Amino acid sequence: MASRGVHVFRLETRPEASEAMRYWSPAIAVALTLAGGMVIFAALGKNPVEGFRVFFVSPMRDLNGIAELLLKATPLMLIAVGLAVGFRANVWNIGAEGQFLMGAVGATGVALAFKGASAVVLLPSMIVAGAIGGALWAAIPAVLKTRFNANEILTSLMLVYIAQLGVSWLVFGPWKDPAGFNFPQTETFEDAALLPMLIEGTRLNLAFVVALAALAGGYVFMAKSFVGFKMRVAGESEAAARYAGFSTVAMVWIGMLVGGAAAGIAGMAEVAGPAGQLTDKLSSGYGFAAIIVAFVGRLNPIGIFFASLLMALLYIGGEQAQQYLSLPSSISKVFQGMLLFFLLGSDVLIQYRLRRVVRAHKVA
Amino acid sequence: MLFATIVAGTPLIITALGELVTEKSGVLNLGAEGIMAVGAVAGFAVAHDSGSTTAGVFAGMAAGAAMSLIFAVVTLTLMANQVASGLALSIFGVGLSAFIGKPYESETMLAVPPIRIPLLADIPIVGPALFEQQSLVYLSWALLAGVSWFLYRSRWGLVLRAVGESPTSAHSIGYPVIRIRYLATIFGGAMAGIGGAFLSVFYTPLWVEGMVAGRGWIALALVVFATWRPLRVLVGAYLFGGVMITQLFLQGSGAQIDIPSQFLTSLPYWATIVVLVVISRNLQTIRLNSPVSLGQPYRPE
Repeated sequence: MASRGVHVFRLETRPEASEAMRYWSPAIAVALTLAGGMVIFAALGKNPVEGFRVFFVSPMRDLNGIAELLLKATPLMLIAVGLAVGFRANVWNIGAEGQFLMGAVGATGVALAFKGASAVVLLPSMIVAGAIGGALWAAIPAVLKTRFNANEILTSLMLVYIAQLGVSWLVFGPWKDPAGFNFPQTETFEDAALLPMLIEGTRLNLAFVVALAALAGGYVFMAKSFVGFKMRVAGESEAAARYAGFSTVAMVWIGMLVGGAAAGIAGMAEVAGPAGQLTDKLSSGYGFAAIIVAFVGRLNPIGIFFASLLMALLYIGGEQAQQYLSLPSSISKVFQGMLLFFLLGSDVLIQYRLRRVVRAHKVA
Repeated sequence: MLFATIVAGTPLIITALGELVTEKSGVLNLGAEGIMAVGAVAGFAVAHDSGSTTAGVFAGMAAGAAMSLIFAVVTLTLMANQVASGLALSIFGVGLSAFIGKPYESETMLAVPPIRIPLLADIPIVGPALFEQQSLVYLSWALLAGVSWFLYRSRWGLVLRAVGESPTSAHSIGYPVIRIRYLATIFGGAMAGIGGAFLSVFYTPLWVEGMVAGRGWIALALVVFATWRPLRVLVGAYLFGGVMITQLFLQGSGAQIDIPSQFLTSLPYWATIVVLVVISRNLQTIRLNSPVSLGQPYRPE
């Protein structure tokens, strides 16, 4: 009997990692997510084209829509650029969600304690309080990691649950608005404690500018500073970093504190921005979504800018899908998870290439 | 109290033993939280619609296996970073469970009556707590025995551990490293799926978004706490079960203690942190006991 050839794909090691693929991979992941999204819409009995339009196009229909998009992207940008600093050095701060909440708590504390202060004093103090709140919460896993070698992924995550319960205690207990009909929320902030709007008639506020500044700062730190260089080396090869005498303890601290402070500022921007008060439902999972943003943005501030816009689009698309397609808004979390999976999967093409080979079919 | 502690510890035992087998093969799957969430919603949906709790448990198991299969393809075939992929699985699983579970949010099911083992259940005090339990409680004990036997007494268990310690050597003497890691990962996922289904079908029994509430992460911490030894997983899980039940008991007792309920609810999370610190303090213990190739991708050349 004659043997038949079978076409199979095989992964073949590239002689050198592909620089181009490093940037193509996120694009492939986005395309696959869109395709996957259409399949999901079809499977749910919705018109895929209509679903695509509602989810990805309609949020950007006018100025207000774009302002909402940038507003949602703001906390994602801030948190992700902070996390990227740590991720580059293999410091896995997964607890940004908790640091975001503690930043919000710090800022709310200042806003409630200094009623009647002028905005010029109040807002900067709130930003500082937010940064300190987030950084303190991130300092716990940093101490536990550097002193006791405890895994920072698990400790920072446990602190997310604890922070959520802490916020819940505050808004149900000592900070509850006496005139709030028993709702779990603080008083609404005075105007002086609210961030000024950037565009009249929209909700886009000054925090967006702060986020852009953080991206610029992150870029300078990571690409131009010596500490940033050391952290990159440590991320790529721990042995090389140790050989060069770079302290891993310092890197854990920098990675954790920068990530925590950035998340804390994002928490401040949420209470002093669209929320206008502290409630027990302040975050929509920004701390976790920002992890995806950091990866999809290749831990690079410019990439993070675009990735956060995309993630914000997924958030708003989810709300639109709930309104117009009567789908649960949690569909956006499904898309967010899919995006990260597709990215991690396509990244294989950086080191390897697909080769179609003809394998002779063995016939007994 | 003892009865409730055992019930609360059971999903942790099942999930942590599954993860232990996965980690012993050198694969670190941080997706347990997401797998449990999907297992819980799949288990509840099937048990609710079919009326069979057994079908629910199998649905949870199948869903868990399917979730871990995604993880296995991405990390083992496509060699992606295991930490990032595990996080992706957790984020994806929690989102997916919320999405699928929406129509089941206000549904309820009847509590499943426990299975009484004759004679043994008649032992005073401990009898009813130990031997008048849910079927999955007995399963968790059988699983402990099975996993211990498999890892330390069977040939394939030895191979699995070899793959986790040194994939290169295991490969060079002819064992299919990637296939073994696939199987270990899927086993871990299936167990986490059952752990999730136990929560929604037996423990509560209902589905609420976010009901897994960190148990997947606690199970991961338990594996470290147990220094990768099955029997210690059981001890640790009951310890955590005890903490969970004590705080519920304190909240429900109505005793006038001036502690906010949120603080009591946070106790298991604090306990997890403390336990991790105590165990990890000694670098030597972790180095000696953790599988050497844990989290490292492997590509046979």
